[in-house]
Amino acid sequence: MSPRTPGADLPEHPDALWRNPEPKRSYDVVIVGGGGHGLATAHYLAKNHGITDVAVLEKGWLAGGNMARNTTIIRSNYLWDESSAIYEHALKLWEGLEEDLGYPILFSQRGVLNLAHTLQDVRDSVRRVEANKLNGVDAEWLEPDEVRKVCPIVNTSTEIRYPVLGATYQPRAGIAKHDYVAWGFARRADQAGIDLVQDCEVTGFTTDGDRVTGVQTTRGTIGAGTVALCAAGHTSVLTDMLGIRVPIQSHPLQALVSELLEPVHPTVVMSNAVHVYVSQAHKGELVMGAGVDSYNGYGQRGAFHVIERQMAAAVELFPVFARAHLLRTWAGIVDTSPDASPIVGRTAYDNLYLNCGWGTGGFKATPGIGWALAHTIAHGEPHPTVAPFGLDRFVTGALVDEHGAAAVAH
Amino acid sequence: MTSPFRTPEGGRIDRATTVEFTFDGETLTGHPGDTLASALLASGRHRVATSVRLGRPRGVAAAWAEDPGGLVQIEEPFPEPMLLATTVELHDGLAAHGLPGQGRLADVPDSARYDAVHHHVDVLVVGAGPAGLAAALTAARAGARVALVDEQSEAGGSLLSGTERLDDAPALQWVAAAVAELAGHPDVLHLQRTTAFGSYDDGFVLALERRTDHLGAAAPKHVSRQRVWRIRARSIVVATGAHERPVVFADNDRPGTMLAGAARTFLHRYGVLPGREAVVFTTNDSAYDAALDLSRAGVRVQAVVDARPEGSPRRGECEHAGLRVLSGAVVTGTRGTERVTHALVAPFADGQVGASTAIGCDLLLVSGGWNPAVHLFSQARGRLRYDEVLGAFLPGEELDGLAVAGSAAGVFDLAGCLADGQRVARAALSALAVPPAADDRLPAAPAPVVPAAPVVLWRVPDTSGAEGTTSFVDLQRDATVADIVRAVGAGLRSLEHVKRYTTIGTAHDQGKTSGVLTSGIVAELLGVPVQDTGTTTFRPPYTPVAFAALAGRDRGRLFDPERVTALHEWHVAAGAVFEDVGQWKRPRYYPQPGEDMAAAVLRECAAARTGVGILDGSTLGKIDVQGPDAAVLLDRLYTNLMSSLKVGSVRYGVMCGVDGMVIDDGTVLRLAEDRFLVLTTTGGAATVLDWMEEWVQTEWPDLRVHCTSVTEQWVTFPVVGPRSRDVVGSLFPDVDVSTEAFPFMTWRDTALEGVPVRLARISFSGELAYEVYVNPWYAVAVWERLLEAGRPHGITPYGTETMHVLRAEKGYPIIGQDTDGTVTPHDLGMAWAVSKKKPDFIGKRSFTRPANADPLRKQLVGLLPVDRQTVLPEGSQIVEFRADGELPPPPVPMLGHVTSSYRSAELARPFALALVKGGRERIGDTVHVPVGGTLVPVEVTGAVLVDPEGARRDG
Ligand SMILES: Cc1cc2nc3c(=O)[nH]c(=O)nc-3n(C[C@H](O)[C@H](O)[C@H](O)COP(=O)(O)OP(=O)(O)OC[C@H]3O[C@@H](n4cnc5c(N)ncnc54)[C@H](O)[C@@H]3O)c2cc1C
Repeated sequence: MSPRTPGADLPEHPDALWRNPEPKRSYDVVIVGGGGHGLATAHYLAKNHGITDVAVLEKGWLAGGNMARNTTIIRSNYLWDESSAIYEHALKLWEGLEEDLGYPILFSQRGVLNLAHTLQDVRDSVRRVEANKLNGVDAEWLEPDEVRKVCPIVNTSTEIRYPVLGATYQPRAGIAKHDYVAWGFARRADQAGIDLVQDCEVTGFTTDGDRVTGVQTTRGTIGAGTVALCAAGHTSVLTDMLGIRVPIQSHPLQALVSELLEPVHPTVVMSNAVHVYVSQAHKGELVMGAGVDSYNGYGQRGAFHVIERQMAAAVELFPVFARAHLLRTWAGIVDTSPDASPIVGRTAYDNLYLNCGWGTGGFKATPGIGWALAHTIAHGEPHPTVAPFGLDRFVTGALVDEHGAAAVAH
Repeated sequence: MTSPFRTPEGGRIDRATTVEFTFDGETLTGHPGDTLASALLASGRHRVATSVRLGRPRGVAAAWAEDPGGLVQIEEPFPEPMLLATTVELHDGLAAHGLPGQGRLADVPDSARYDAVHHHVDVLVVGAGPAGLAAALTAARAGARVALVDEQSEAGGSLLSGTERLDDAPALQWVAAAVAELAGHPDVLHLQRTTAFGSYDDGFVLALERRTDHLGAAAPKHVSRQRVWRIRARSIVVATGAHERPVVFADNDRPGTMLAGAARTFLHRYGVLPGREAVVFTTNDSAYDAALDLSRAGVRVQAVVDARPEGSPRRGECEHAGLRVLSGAVVTGTRGTERVTHALVAPFADGQVGASTAIGCDLLLVSGGWNPAVHLFSQARGRLRYDEVLGAFLPGEELDGLAVAGSAAGVFDLAGCLADGQRVARAALSALAVPPAADDRLPAAPAPVVPAAPVVLWRVPDTSGAEGTTSFVDLQRDATVADIVRAVGAGLRSLEHVKRYTTIGTAHDQGKTSGVLTSGIVAELLGVPVQDTGTTTFRPPYTPVAFAALAGRDRGRLFDPERVTALHEWHVAAGAVFEDVGQWKRPRYYPQPGEDMAAAVLRECAAARTGVGILDGSTLGKIDVQGPDAAVLLDRLYTNLMSSLKVGSVRYGVMCGVDGMVIDDGTVLRLAEDRFLVLTTTGGAATVLDWMEEWVQTEWPDLRVHCTSVTEQWVTFPVVGPRSRDVVGSLFPDVDVSTEAFPFMTWRDTALEGVPVRLARISFSGELAYEVYVNPWYAVAVWERLLEAGRPHGITPYGTETMHVLRAEKGYPIIGQDTDGTVTPHDLGMAWAVSKKKPDFIGKRSFTRPANADPLRKQLVGLLPVDRQTVLPEGSQIVEFRADGELPPPPVPMLGHVTSSYRSAELARPFALALVKGGRERIGDTVHVPVGGTLVPVEVTGAVLVDPEGARRDG
């Protein structure tokens, strides 16, 4: 018999993941949305603050939203101080997360390349690298021949339509296995006594003056001392129920996967101008995505021309991918904000906290936002990393605009 | 003899021709019409692959895309990872080997061509089996535009696998007649080897046609290898048939174990005996056909093992043929190493398994019933309904414009399928208001034998002692019943969770055979109805599609349109080095022999500042804005007033987003009271037009205004420098080019030998300059005339780099380079361009936000490196001056960054533009710029470094 294919296997999940409790009548803290962010928040509420009278209410199956659909790119090489702080805080947590969760989350620091194809890309890239260095985030600018050394299959020929002029490189960046991460958080939260309640959609809120007193759900009304919204693409559906306006646009974002392939792609490559980002996941499949579908909507499916365009970009950048096969496509609903930065913190309701706007790039923040949101809930004041990201910035104008920063927002 | 298992006659193969292929290094033969799988089986080879996690031998277990076993890597004619041997058509020179789980990509580029075609029809029929053919005929006869696509090499569907008769003749004769009839209808497109792999909203279906794969090395080079059909259909008939479902038992993965229907396909279609001694294990009547057909073909059928206690009415037929039928019995396991040697058979009653007996065999056929292929229906978001009797999911609702027919809808007899196809097609036609043809005859099918009810059996209890660890549910993922048991035990209730825990359904076949089994087993373990467990989501593609096929022609130079100006050939001939700006190729500089970029740019700059230069500025976006409300629209879009602009004049304007940040800038020419020519940045042209349209169409539909791109209707040549007046004046003698007659920021129309020309006094360099606009047809002629007129003055063509230097010396920002979406007009020192009079314009509201009044906002300033040497890298960050010349450890506060940086011929030193916190307050300060590990001291200056008084504008 032949030996096992290297890398084709994944570590096993534990024998026990979570209970499936009936919801109680009320909780100190109710988290709406059992995605990565909701689950991580639950974990750190228990772990860092000893708060365990907590329910995570999930309308479908746990971590079945964007958490189950993302391309798992983790990096912290963002331009602005506020952004690099929030993502670097998360990256440091990622570096110890496997141990914290006691779960094999397959965090692989294989580095991320952000390719530059135009002179403006180059300027933006240098700017970001220099900013990262001054902020203590590992970053390098690579010339095309150095790009080829990091990832030999990238097409660095000068003959292509938009030749690679160089790339930014963050060696500590990488990928992890999303389900394992979510389940690791869920299991820890469950072990701490937190109730993870599935098939429980929040359909309304009960309020008293400027306080939220509970949530109405498909499994009955549940009282709440504090409510935190972690509903990603559906946030505005919830805030609408409370008359809070959030500047969120929900868009489908698609991703896709190939069959299992022998290792060819050692790192993560992202490109804005030739729009695609690709890694080769642990089992050997190529995982890739690109930009959002331009229309708004809540259906978790996108249009096929977006996939075709992304395949063209992939084959352009990686000619060896030509005969790889598309096995599956899917979509999530991402919550994009006007400045491409998250919205976290307090609301007009005293005990209601908001966490949304992560758009196409919130997986990488999972442990960081869980940590910071738990802190924010526990202290009633924003954690320093999230303080710049309050909803009020759209009134004050203190935006953290990551659009122009040339980083693909994933 | 390399094909000992080939029948002496029959099948759809071309026995007269022999092709040679290699598998795992061994040379074998087969015939055209074979698949790789059938040829391997003909050679007696069942084992094809090695399983991914456990390294177990795996073989061909089905006859088409649902096969979970026979994964191969193609090596010749071109490496292709992971295909199913059952779907690879055999051709001479094919070389392949069995896969151990991961495919291998070629390390040389794929030279094959791929393309895509759009097609529009009234009725799209997917599947050319009996239901699909009947549907296509009905639609075609009614005169509808029809497309019929089918993934096999020939039409017929399930009829290719059997011995059915229609109109008292072999059914394939009817198939041939139907195909011929369809070919006679001019509006029918019939494609074989074409898989509909995705169904989307509004009747949009994607199909992949494999055009040359079956030809191997003989494939003509000029024909695309694969083609994506993008089909828009007013109505879709999904007649995709059904996949047979296995039953799970211990060691059910051993090569030689195969779906019963597949064995019939190998026999009848390919003339192959999949074994010599067979055991047939079934839960329903369909496998009796396989048992009887194989027996007739000479296979010794050792036993028909029927899980139903009362067996089948077809028992008599079998016994008549000498076959032993064991009712109320199941297969509990297998023996063998590379291939089944025994099936373990045991009595089965009330869910209890008795003691097993080993029956020798080299082929174990299994049927657990049939799963309608509802993939396309489900991709279109059709809800599924679980059918208790069939143990399968069926379409559970009617969809607009998409109907399911035949076995895909749970109809399993031939007469029923034909009638269903016709019925569904007629319904589709009536929705399109097309009456059916008078003569729409279906062939006569024999009266169906009503089958006995099947029993729904997902798995046989494991009595092997392995506790389900060898009872494979998903062979491609090596996932077993034990894995599902563990998953459920871990607390998982949702099928999606079980899928992720066990990885079932995530492999190459996306769960074609394992999906429903998993639903059933999970429901059983949880004690809930299968309907509640449901299925996981069906997602495109139905079967894998090569990346390159989807990329189509959009590769290499065709990846993105390459836009060039009317002068492109001239630029090439002049030796220009090009820069990509958006989709445009723009000359960056024109090096003369021996010059590098720095030298060329210094020379070009000096020419423009002291003599005359000329630029091809044709890529600037141009939008013709017309209508009675044109001025109203522009007043709302620009921060400054446009309505007060006089006809004949030009004004510079800035546009902001709703957040008050600059998004584009450019000049506006008023052509008439109700007409403006708006110039945008090269990269911003499409965005600005979209922006205008978005506002006009969604917010201000009351405005009577139309916006049209005229970027390619005008070429633009700025003639720049103190000598530009002489050049322009001499070429257009009828125009008074004096400052008095033709003042700055005005335009004039004139003509050159009857060709209309527009001249505008606009300057992006601070120098006296005239922009020359002309129809692109005359671009080369006018350009050459300008050069000729300029020759006495040493006219020098210059590129974007020089343009950038000249404008930077004047402190003119490039939007997108000196701004990044966080910069207001005020930050750029352009408060003058923000109207205080207008009641409203886009962005105005945002200017009053507190952050806009922050004195520490970044402002555009100039930087002069103190050493007069260093060209600061663009993008460099700026920090406070450090007396010790050392960077402190991070985090180091940043003051801003270098947006543009050049050598200046005029200043005889490098300079830069930068966005710096409170920058205007810092003018005169020295700050530091970290460059490659050292701190470069730079002086902060105003943004305008050349001719701050603007004295040169009029020459
Ligand atoms: C295709 C794709 C690729 C991506 N790639 C990356 C990447 O490479 N790197 C990266 O960092 N990020 C990426 N992202 C973004 C990232 O996935 C999200 O930002 C992040 O997962 C959002 O946080 P979450 O995990 O909590 O969201 P989700 O997992 O979406 O969780 C929100 C949950 O709220 C639930 N919910 C909603 N409404 C209600 C209600 N009324 N009641 C109860 N529950 C409710 C939803 O069912 C859902 O489970 C990608 C996203 C997509 C879709």
